[in-house]
Amino acid sequence: MESKLHGHAHKYGKNVDTDVIIPGKYCNIIDPVELGKHALEGLDPQYTARMKPGDIVVADTNFGCGSSREVAPIALKGSGTAAVVAKSFARIFYRNALNIGLPIFESAAAVDGIESGDEIEIEAAAGIIRNVTKGTNFRAAEFPPFMQSLIAAGGLVPYVERRLAERSPA
Amino acid sequence: MGMTLTEKILARHAGLDHVEPGQIINAKVDLVLANELSAAVAIKVMRQIRGADRVFDASKIALVADHFVPAKDAQSASIAKLMKDFAGEQEIEHFFDVGRGGIEHVVLPEEGLVAPGELIVGGDSHTCTYGAFGAFATGMGSTDIAAAFVLGEVWLKVPASIKLVYSGTPGTMVYAKDVMLRTVGELGIDGATYRAMEYHGSTVDELPITGRITMANMAIECGAKNGIFHADEKTIAYVRERTNRDFIVEKADPDAAYERTIAIDVGQLEPQVACPHTPDNVHPISEVVRDDLRVDQVFIGSCTNGYIDDLRVVAGILQGKTIAPNLRVIVNPGSQKVWMQAADEGILSTLAAAGCAVNTPGCGACFGGHMGTLGDGERAISTTNRNYVGRMGSPKAEIYLASPATCAASALSGKITDPRTVEHLEWTPTRERAGSRGTTVSLIESN
Repeated sequence: MESKLHGHAHKYGKNVDTDVIIPGKYCNIIDPVELGKHALEGLDPQYTARMKPGDIVVADTNFGCGSSREVAPIALKGSGTAAVVAKSFARIFYRNALNIGLPIFESAAAVDGIESGDEIEIEAAAGIIRNVTKGTNFRAAEFPPFMQSLIAAGGLVPYVERRLAERSPA
Repeated sequence: MGMTLTEKILARHAGLDHVEPGQIINAKVDLVLANELSAAVAIKVMRQIRGADRVFDASKIALVADHFVPAKDAQSASIAKLMKDFAGEQEIEHFFDVGRGGIEHVVLPEEGLVAPGELIVGGDSHTCTYGAFGAFATGMGSTDIAAAFVLGEVWLKVPASIKLVYSGTPGTMVYAKDVMLRTVGELGIDGATYRAMEYHGSTVDELPITGRITMANMAIECGAKNGIFHADEKTIAYVRERTNRDFIVEKADPDAAYERTIAIDVGQLEPQVACPHTPDNVHPISEVVRDDLRVDQVFIGSCTNGYIDDLRVVAGILQGKTIAPNLRVIVNPGSQKVWMQAADEGILSTLAAAGCAVNTPGCGACFGGHMGTLGDGERAISTTNRNYVGRMGSPKAEIYLASPATCAASALSGKITDPRTVEHLEWTPTRERAGSRGTTVSLIESN
């Protein structure tokens, strides 16, 4: 995870489901950049035209509900979206985002204090979300200790490698 | 303190005597499932894991081609091929190509791959379906599935459980789908996020296995990690017909702790409809019909309602009749076995004669993939599980979710219709009839 993220906010409502993050018809695509061309197409067809790499998606509760498709966070990452800040995340999306390295931050106050177009800075490791436009700061919810250890290990793939190594006779 | 059904299964699979909500565990899996979409990404991830040349157990992985089959285009064909080649390379025992399987969640129980007390993870959110059999089953993304392919275990946070207690006997033309839509309406689409939903009560005890499947299937529509029923004689008989494998039937302790208990009386429940654009926007049919909603497409099928019992209800309503003009009705039996059973009973020809298009089993129409996609401004009523914007195709289409009976009744009139107002014959397989049309079991005049 890059230590400092910086971009403009694109704000959406609650229950942004994975069907609108990447519509089903694109789910046979594997390439992140190709997927990225259709990020959020079902909700905001202009998103990829309007956004600049580094921009940040801000949304209300239950972001990423619905289908387990991992191509949803892959598409957001592939579009150049740097992070998602939401009041809460759906369970499978939360795991998937961390597994593929899309930074996500949970903060109701930040969501309420950010409008579309605001300039946002995030110190990822510390979980500090700064609204540069409005001059306000917010702190994201800490990741549970187990998730922190997964993130520190570099994600699920290194974690699996370590588990495999533990099993094989020395 | 005792444990819930979910906690019991998780504890045993983690090798622990006791687990509590919030605890992180490493649990052994009995089966890992993927379809061609989740497998394509999972295989790619697995190739990046050093030291991971082989899956943990080739007999405990199920790969089902169901989302874009028969391949809708070259890209879909190549991901299906990627999975097929992987199945060959890894000597995966349970690989189901088009024509040999069908929708993953219909196929796995049919093939005896799901048993009470087991722990199953799948690269599809509707993996929670197997809770119908008293198993812990949950959907995950492809990276987690790749890890499970390799390790044969997953990390899980033990969910708190919500106890749902159903009472009352559903009235005529009220089915498990209506009970579950009402449940999603009550809880909301994030009402059970990170939770287990444990189904109890006399209503669900009386349900056939297919009804419990419908209800477990839609636990994810409340955001739940899993939905689960206690296995009973019906469950054990179903599973025993299909496998000789040993399994352990777990039971929630009498002093198990539930985060919430919700009582739902279905005695007065009407048929229910989830209106656009979320599965929890649920209203009784009597309210919905007031809007006189014409539909362009009726869809019958999916892992929610693509079972033989569902098709029998539909055939009981459509037999000897013709669907409304200017309407298309698409029927997808859930699996090759359901398709064959339906053919054998004369259901497929009955539905085709009524004007329905009968497709090969698959997920295509439900998620807007292919074989029944909606266009701009179109409205559909569907037996599927989600009605988010763009779910079945155009973001400018509207999807209403309902039971097979409500969908069949709507197919006759071309508008959303209360199934209690149409003639319904109990389905008798064509070959068993001696020139009769069957027995009328319900006929309520429309007011």
